[in-house]
Amino acid sequence: MAKNKIDYDVIVIGGSAGSVDVLMKIVPQLPEDYPLVVIVVIHRKVIDNDLLLSLLQSKSKIKVKEAESNEKIEPCCVYLAPADYHLLMESDKTFTLDFSEKVMYSRPSIDVTMYFAAQVYKNKLVGILLTGANEDGAKGMRDIKNRGGYTIVQDLSSSTAKIMPEAAIKLVEPDEVLNVENIIKTIININTKI
Amino acid sequence: MSEDEDVILIGEEEIILLLEDIYYCYGYDFSDYSKASLKRRISRIMHHDKLPSLAELKVKVLKDEEYFNHFLEEITVNVTEMFRDPLFYKELREKVLPQLSTYPSIRIWHAGCSTGEEVYSMAIMLEEEGLLDRSLIYATDINQRVLEKAKSAKFSIDNMRQYTQNYILSGGKKEFSYYYTAEYGKVLFKEDLKNRMVFSTHNLVADQSFNEFNLIVCRNVLIYFNQDLQNKVIGLFNESLPKLAYIALGSKETLAFSDYENNYKAVNAKQRIWQKIK
Repeated sequence: MAKNKIDYDVIVIGGSAGSVDVLMKIVPQLPEDYPLVVIVVIHRKVIDNDLLLSLLQSKSKIKVKEAESNEKIEPCCVYLAPADYHLLMESDKTFTLDFSEKVMYSRPSIDVTMYFAAQVYKNKLVGILLTGANEDGAKGMRDIKNRGGYTIVQDLSSSTAKIMPEAAIKLVEPDEVLNVENIIKTIININTKI
Repeated sequence: MSEDEDVILIGEEEIILLLEDIYYCYGYDFSDYSKASLKRRISRIMHHDKLPSLAELKVKVLKDEEYFNHFLEEITVNVTEMFRDPLFYKELREKVLPQLSTYPSIRIWHAGCSTGEEVYSMAIMLEEEGLLDRSLIYATDINQRVLEKAKSAKFSIDNMRQYTQNYILSGGKKEFSYYYTAEYGKVLFKEDLKNRMVFSTHNLVADQSFNEFNLIVCRNVLIYFNQDLQNKVIGLFNESLPKLAYIALGSKETLAFSDYENNYKAVNAKQRIWQKIK
């Protein structure tokens, strides 16, 4: 934790296989007035889209909603990238949904969202990459790091699928590699602890 | 096809200048399109065409009209599929078509139809409901090249498994293969489906309403437009719909936040189908 104190504004969380369980542990721990924007990009089937949303809503104190095109990105909210759309961000801090080609067999693509988040939020951004069975997210984490953001990868022993965190650890040298419990602690105290 | 994401770093100001030049040169106005989406598309074109800088892309686009047409095809997203969101089609079939069947003739407008997969889906459904003979489907897009593909009635055979699944989930009544014949990695759809389609370029940003319709379908087009342009395009649709006509949007698009919201009631809010009530 050698970094100078920066107040972070936004967290992007990416994950694939096994990450819904992790998300169900993280999001309910966030207080209602959690001061950061949380953007979640999880690979899942269209058919499970509403299920994840309503599960998270039912368990969480913080507001959870699906991101919409032209929506203003505001704190104290968890935004879910809808299944089967890429989630882009504009320089005026609004979302755009995009139905273009899959990237690394994935839509939403974690790389795409992290790329735009890094462009817009630079060193005010935290990237968290969870368990997953493909290499999406590694490049996105690299973009976040290159723009001065903070990077956290789930450790391999707590990951049910290791390919995703492993690829990111190899490519990025993340600031921290943590188990789920410590990821939760870190993000809850993010603007006081780092 | 899935591919890697390596967005070339292009400044937003550079993109805005390119769009201004395109507007002066060719009259296409992209200023209210999502800059983030345009950035990805432009980066993708530069990758594919091996152009090292935006300056070189700009020279080619502005000097070579043939290249501009290629640029126009690539700058907009043309990803689509047959019976995309099957439950949407099921809802159209079960709730909207029975109402349309009470009219002596049926006019449908597919705005931003791209390569036409959803237009053929509509024609198949109309045929199965016994309505195709008295229907006309106007299929429009900003770009002539995708319309040529749509007109060809040929689609890649690789997608047929997915499309067949979608078709079944949407409440399809026949074997999906009844509608096409396979030839050389492609499938060719039946001529009588195409006979009821009219293809034409139409630019939602600049062109006017050109008819009245019983149903307008415009899916995954508005998501790329800012709020002002969305409102303007919904206004254009509103002008083209008489009372009791229907409008159907993509699964993440809405009439809410537009000036015309109160003219419509939801037939099915989740499937994004509305009926005009005033």
